[in-house]
Amino acid sequence: MTTWNEIAGTVFIITGVVFDFLGCLGLLRFPDVYNRLQAGTKCVTFGTCGILFGIFLISGMNSTGIKALIGIPFVLLTSPVGAHALARGAHIFGVPLWEKSKIDQYKKDRGDKQRL
Amino acid sequence: MDTFNICFLVLIVSCFFCLIRAWLGKSIPDRMVAIDIMGTLAVGITALLAIITKRGFFIDIALAWIFLSFLGTLALAKYLAHKTLDE
Repeated sequence: MTTWNEIAGTVFIITGVVFDFLGCLGLLRFPDVYNRLQAGTKCVTFGTCGILFGIFLISGMNSTGIKALIGIPFVLLTSPVGAHALARGAHIFGVPLWEKSKIDQYKKDRGDKQRL
Repeated sequence: MDTFNICFLVLIVSCFFCLIRAWLGKSIPDRMVAIDIMGTLAVGITALLAIITKRGFFIDIALAWIFLSFLGTLALAKYLAHKTLDE
């Protein structure tokens, strides 16, 4: 006795959980702070948005579903801003890039100013 | 509701991955990245609890957690960039 919205919501939630798992695997396995940041943040943001949208599809137009739908723009707005601030802070802190990284444009832009 | 329990278990395992990275991480920004990503994961876990237990107030906890995780991340990033929390 499953309706179409439960099936669609379950598919969205499973997709989000798979993205979360792969993002955390990338966080564990990549060699550098910046690689880990880009692997973890993008995958986990998309996965959490998928979980919230699946909850909206399952629970429908009641208070739980609307609040889950409101949570999606909040995650989409706050998580990349936090990740960008962390990457900038790590670069100013002086964490070196991986030795096989080819290019570092931010170092050239920043110049010698330590406190940008 | 067996599918959602398996999803919950996978998210808990992902949280343990983040904890392992925060434990092993060679530099301070590694640990901060792990804690930031674990905050976003906790939003997904708390929202999934609202479906598993059929209680709506877990969504409110998830909405509050988004902003708290964001503020914590910004404070940690400011500490990384300027070494102090003043000004």
